[in-house]
This record gives sequence, C-alpha cells and structure tokens, in this order.
Amino acid sequence: MRPSRSFRIFRTVALAVVVIGLLAPLLWMITASLKTNVDIYDTGKAFAFSPTLDNYANVLQRANYVQFIGNSLWVAFAATVLSLILGVPAAYSMSRFNMRRSALVVLMARVIPGVSLLVPWYYVFSNLRMVGGFTVLILSHMFVSLPLIVYIMMGYFDGLPTELEEAALVDGLTHIGAFRRITMPLSVPGIATAGILSFIFSWNNFMFALVLSGADTKTLPVAIFDFVGYASIDWGGLMAAATVVTLPIMVIALFVQKYVVSGLTAGATKG
Amino acid sequence: MSTVTTPDTRSPEARPALPDGSAWSRWANAHRKWLFAAPAMAFVAVLIVFPVAWTGYLSLTDAEGSVRAESEFIGFQNYLDVLADTDRFWPAVWRTVAFTGVVLLFEIVLGMAIALLLWRPFRGERWVRVAILLPLVATPVAVGMMWRLIFDPNIGMANQVLSWVGIGPQPWLSGQHSALPTTMFIDVWQWTPMVVLILLAGLTSLSDEPQEAALIDGASTWQRFRHVTLPLLMPTVVVAILLRGIDALKTFDILYATKGRGGGSFHEVETLNVYAYGLSFDYNDYGVSSTVLIIFFLIIIGVMWALTYRKKGLQR
Repeated sequence: MRPSRSFRIFRTVALAVVVIGLLAPLLWMITASLKTNVDIYDTGKAFAFSPTLDNYANVLQRANYVQFIGNSLWVAFAATVLSLILGVPAAYSMSRFNMRRSALVVLMARVIPGVSLLVPWYYVFSNLRMVGGFTVLILSHMFVSLPLIVYIMMGYFDGLPTELEEAALVDGLTHIGAFRRITMPLSVPGIATAGILSFIFSWNNFMFALVLSGADTKTLPVAIFDFVGYASIDWGGLMAAATVVTLPIMVIALFVQKYVVSGLTAGATKG
Repeated sequence: MSTVTTPDTRSPEARPALPDGSAWSRWANAHRKWLFAAPAMAFVAVLIVFPVAWTGYLSLTDAEGSVRAESEFIGFQNYLDVLADTDRFWPAVWRTVAFTGVVLLFEIVLGMAIALLLWRPFRGERWVRVAILLPLVATPVAVGMMWRLIFDPNIGMANQVLSWVGIGPQPWLSGQHSALPTTMFIDVWQWTPMVVLILLAGLTSLSDEPQEAALIDGASTWQRFRHVTLPLLMPTVVVAILLRGIDALKTFDILYATKGRGGGSFHEVETLNVYAYGLSFDYNDYGVSSTVLIIFFLIIIGVMWALTYRKKGLQR
C-alpha cells in the first residue's frame, strides 16, 4: 500500500513540525548555556552572540559538579547492578512457574507514590543515622529499578522458548546449571535493555535524592534544583547545569536506541 | 549442545546422573522456584510493603515535628480533617484529576496521530525517531528548568515568538491561572513520545490483511482507521493510558522544579503528590501527610482497577 503523493507531503510537513517542536527547546537550552547572562537578558541577541564555556567552567569547578556527576554515576550503577542480581532470577522464576500473584506484588511498586515510602524510610533511616549516606540512597533507587527490571525481564523470559533448557537438562545439566549456562547467555539483549532503562530512570530520579541525600552524596538532579536560589537566577549557569545532566544520558540513549525503545514499550503489545 | 532439537522422551530414571550430586545442589534445584524469587520478594516486603503498612498506621496518629517525637493514636480524626479541608486538600484533588485528564487526552490524541504518520516506512524516519527519543530520556528536573527559561515572562523565547505574530506577553508559569496549563504543556512535550513509541509498537505488530480487505471493500482512510485499525489497536491504547495515567497522577519533578515548594505561592500547581510531599518534608506533618497518601493511593488503585476492568471488557 503506497501512500498517495498528497499524504506524503502532509506527512513530511507534519513530522517536520513535530521534530522542530521536540528539538528546539533542547537546542535552546544548550544555546543559553553557551551565553553570558548579559546576552541571555538581551533578547535581541537570541542567535547572534559569541559563545563562551564560562558557565561550564563555573558549574564544574566552583559548584562542585564533578563530585555530583560521580555521585549520580555511582548511585545509578549500584542500584542497577543490585536490582539485576535480585530481579533477573526472580523474573525467571515468576515467568517459568507462572507466579502471577507474586509478580503483581513486585509490580505494585510501580503504582505506589514514592512519597508514601519516603516517610517511613525517613523515620527508620534517620533513627539509624543513615540518611545522607549512599546505602539508603541506592536502596531507594532500587525501588524504581527492581520492579522495572522484573517487568521487562518477565516479558523477555515469557518469549524465550523452553526447548533449549530442556535439551540442556537431557545433556545432564541441573536446572540451575541450565539457567546459568543456557538461559542467561540467551538473555543478554533483555538484560541489556532492562539495565539501560534502570540506569536512565535512576540517573533522572529526583524525589528520593531530594530527601535522602546529604551534602556529600547529592545527585545531579538535586544539585540542579539547588541552583535556583532565593536571589535572581543565574540562567547561564542553570542551563549549563541542566545540559550537564541531560546531554550524557541523551547521547547514551542514541547509541543504544534499540534497547531503550524495546524497554519502554515492553509488554505493550501483549494486550 | 548439538542435541538441541531432541525432546526428552525418556523416563526420569533413564536420564544421566546429575553431574554435581551434592546435597546442597539437589536442595537448590528442588527449591529453585523460591530460591530465585525470594531475595527480590524479601526486598519488596521489607522496603515497600512494610513502609506502606506504616504509612497506614501513621495516618491514624498525630505524628508531627521530629521523627523521634512521641505520637498518639487518634483514630480516623486525620481522615475527617483532611476530607473536610476545602482549602488545600480538595483543590489538590481537583488539580491532580485535571492535570491527569488533560495531559492524557493530549498525549493519546497527539501520540496516535504521530504514530500513524510514522507507521509506514519512509526516508528520514531515523531522524524522527531520534527526535522522539530525546525528550523521553531527558532528566525531568532539567526539563523543568529549561522551560522555566523559555517561559520566563521577560526574557523567555515563548513570549518573543508570540510577539512575532502580534500576541502580547503571557505570564505562563508565573500566572496564577496559567501556571497549571503551562505545566500540562511541559508534561505533554516530554511524554507524548512515550505514547508514540507504545502505539507504534502496537501498530507494527498488526497484520496487513484486515487493512487490505477493507481497502478492497472500498473503505475510506477514515473508515479504515475508525473500524479496522483502532479496534485492533485498542488493547495497546489501554496499556498506554494505564502506564501514562499512573505516572501522570504521580507527577512531581516538573511541578517542583518549575514552581518549588507547595506548588507556588498560591499553590497553583499543588497536586496530591506535591501536597503530600510538602506536608511530610516541608512541614513535618507526618500524620496528615500519611492520611493524604493513603487517600491518594486508593484513588490510584481505583483508577487502575477501573481501567483494567474496562480492558477485560474490551478483550471479550
């Protein structure tokens, strides 16, 4: 079914509008991060300005962003790895043994508002004097990562034929041996999808770190929020800070686009 | 692994002995179902089920101030107070419902339109897909800050673009009545791409035959969409509504990033989630905030139940 000529023209125009609408704000953020505040306030210099990296120098050196980048990387990495260790075998069991009720309990975590966890956690962990440490921050990020990983991996295991495992059992492997040597290697694309999605969601997470992080464990989204002081806003610095947190994750997402899309749409077509 | 295709037709006794016959290995294999699932289940039980139960308990107390302070059991008093609160609670409920309803409507309609445009392959498709992916993975707090600059009444690009077409400056995020619609716009900008991806996955999985049959029967483009594509795609649409609806109800990052504490000085964008957060961590009013959270939680469960119920009805 080849679309008609008029439809193709309409499609080109409409999609051009969509692409511009989606990309222009992001480009504007990056543009503003390369301007001095004088140029930002001069609306006549929207496009004609001499670019400067001063804002980035400020953000990375004076505002301690190098440390916050490290914090964000560490928290997202640790939460993702721990969630994979817990979540992949659990998803396997839930898929193979059809444990739908157990699965539902884990997936409820996707529905519960994060604040309702934060209050009891804050109670317990501040009495244990753990608020502000990495441990509780990583645990809190697992609240998002673990259900996401179980959800994606259950769908993946559901679609993975059982014949190969059965053949491995015939060849003398134990059940756990078959999982380790047959199923796991076959699941690498699924694990990559789940891991990448978990990393992105953890990197972007704001609310948990807002309450549970301390001055030394602050993650990037909280650092950006703190940039808005009570006095007038340093727009150039703020846009540089916003670019520092979004640009890396967007570049990574482009390289692993296939995985990100399959993770985001996991389970959507099962009906 | 050359015997991959041979199904096991032998009796269990005829199978070769397990290579590692230790007691631990036998026990582990026999109990692998729970051995695999238990760690994740324990994590969920300790760090999720227990906190939710505690929230329920706190909602029945007058806990406030320091987390070490004593609190008293006061029954359902908080619930009576909250449900009678027409100053902060009910406006927050209304804003949550309005926010979710409006962004869902726009995201589903726009998402469907864009997904239909992207359905059939064409040149340059790759670039459109890149553009669709970027807002989705961008950090919501940074997205909020970005739109704060664009919507700034004095130096923002939004008002400048309006001035080119002869429209006067708008207050956007700083207006008492325009703040909530502006945050809805930001949410639609960031999350319509999610709906596009989900619906596109659904469209791609549809077979071509019903379309071709309808075409041969002389159905118009609109008729084919309305009577062939849409009914077949409906289960996917419900999934998209469900996933986006849950997240929209819980929207926090862009509201807090653009308007700060309490959803602005007039609580312009204070939804239930923002209200509960503020009660907990700006006012340390844990008893009341737990009450709001339990009510909020029941609303979410109710909406989910209604949607999954409808989904089952549609599949019949």
